[in-house]
Amino acid sequence: MTVIYLLMILVLAIFLGFELIRKVPATLHTPLMSGANAISGITLVGAFAFAGSESNLISQILGAFAVFLAAINVVGGYVVTDRMLGMFKAKGERNAK
Amino acid sequence: MQSELIINGVYVLCAALFILGLKLLSHPSTARKGNLLSALGMLLAICVTLIGQNILRYEWIAASLLAGSTVGLIIAKKVQLTSMPELVSLLNGIGGLASLVVSFVMLITVPLPAFITAILLIAIAIGGVTFTGSLVAWAKLSGNMSMLIKTKAMVFKGQALINSLLVLVIVGLGVAIGITPDVHMNTYIFVALCLLLGIMMVIPIGGADMPVVISLLNSYSGLAACAAGIALNNNLLIVAGALVGASGIILTSIMCKAMNRSLSNVLFSGFQAVSGDTIKIEGEVKAISCEDAYYMLEAAQSVLVIPGYGMAVAQAQHAMKELQSLLEENDAEVVYGIHPVAGRMPGHMNVLLAEADVPYELLLEMDEVNPRMENYDIAIVIGANDVVNPAAREIKGSPIYGMPIINADLAKNVFIMKRSMASGFAGIDNPLFFKDNTRMIFGDAKESLNHIIRQFSDD
Repeated sequence: MTVIYLLMILVLAIFLGFELIRKVPATLHTPLMSGANAISGITLVGAFAFAGSESNLISQILGAFAVFLAAINVVGGYVVTDRMLGMFKAKGERNAK
Repeated sequence: MQSELIINGVYVLCAALFILGLKLLSHPSTARKGNLLSALGMLLAICVTLIGQNILRYEWIAASLLAGSTVGLIIAKKVQLTSMPELVSLLNGIGGLASLVVSFVMLITVPLPAFITAILLIAIAIGGVTFTGSLVAWAKLSGNMSMLIKTKAMVFKGQALINSLLVLVIVGLGVAIGITPDVHMNTYIFVALCLLLGIMMVIPIGGADMPVVISLLNSYSGLAACAAGIALNNNLLIVAGALVGASGIILTSIMCKAMNRSLSNVLFSGFQAVSGDTIKIEGEVKAISCEDAYYMLEAAQSVLVIPGYGMAVAQAQHAMKELQSLLEENDAEVVYGIHPVAGRMPGHMNVLLAEADVPYELLLEMDEVNPRMENYDIAIVIGANDVVNPAAREIKGSPIYGMPIINADLAKNVFIMKRSMASGFAGIDNPLFFKDNTRMIFGDAKESLNHIIRQFSDD
């Protein structure tokens, strides 16, 4: 039953994703992708359970490695997206720089 | 149990923040706020997960989290905006590798039912292909490894056969692992073959098709997280992964449409050799000096700029912005027409022009500029080739026939800034260069623009 419930979430999330992304203008496609990179760093949350386990060294090391990788994505993705979006200015705004 | 409930409750909030963040990305004026909301959701997710009861020790987590964040921060601050395609493909790859590692650990350390094993193998396969595929894409984009990996399509005999065999072996191994999960050697080979498959898949794809590949790998990195989420029974991973996966799929389809090619055509064939040289383009190429170009620009009322990858290479966006300001002072209207596949990734040109302080209202899409093309006095093509090639409209035998293009040739005058007469990435002659209303400005785009700018100030 759990599987059906997880698949339900998956299907709904995919459809929601389609609806949301379709509305993103072409101008913002690069920040969209780097923002998506950051979101896919969510694997971090899954990696914690292994990096923080007490059971065996292999899962601690590999878990920590996954945390390291995902953290690059999260921080790098959000910061670079913010940097890019900060450059998109409307006509009136550009002299305010 | 109590903490489990709290964690999942907060996850709902995090998912809502991710969704809201994407929703705000629908307009440049709200996009930055959206990104911050999304980041807030991520921060919440990280904090609340750390209070979970299954986390017993924090030293490994703290150290790796700190190290990863530092690396991420340095990369994000240092990277040049012209190399965004490289950065995004690297991040795609790192995301894929993270999902691979998580799934791999779970597979070799925890006894699992067959269904979960299958899901994990899928996560490993997608993650592995994403990782090595992205590295190859990165190498092709940056040209760093040009000794080993060429930017253009690398095709060899029997490629399709080898790839199909590879996929078959991977599937077979997957089944074997499902039946006898204790034989770890199979798992190692499985991982290695998935990594190999990623390389094999991206190697035959040429530089001009990179927008499609990056979008697709972007989608894969989300799907890998999604599959890991199903195996870990983690709702947030599923939702976030699915959002990223959907985003990548939509971008991939937009890119394919903009090239009038199917995804399988991009992935498996590369550009076909031009069938017979029967198409002869008549006419002669007329060059124009920067001085004469200046006189025409000074008289122009409305100017359309069509940038391409060459603008990124020449770093000409700032010079173009300067010229735009001069033309606007001269009471001319200047807008930019941006083809969906101009550059090396979706939205590449927009980011470069935004960096040069061009207001986003002036960045128009192909469908907005084409209907009023006849009204532009001058269309300036900077470093673009295939996206303005009228062969797509006129020459039936052309490999790009049917691809939607910006109809620059229909403007009253066309200036083309180009280094030489070399053809574009598709390797096709461009009849636009031979039209009566076309003038070529040969040389480095940035230098030519600066030359024209100097003429303005001399007056």
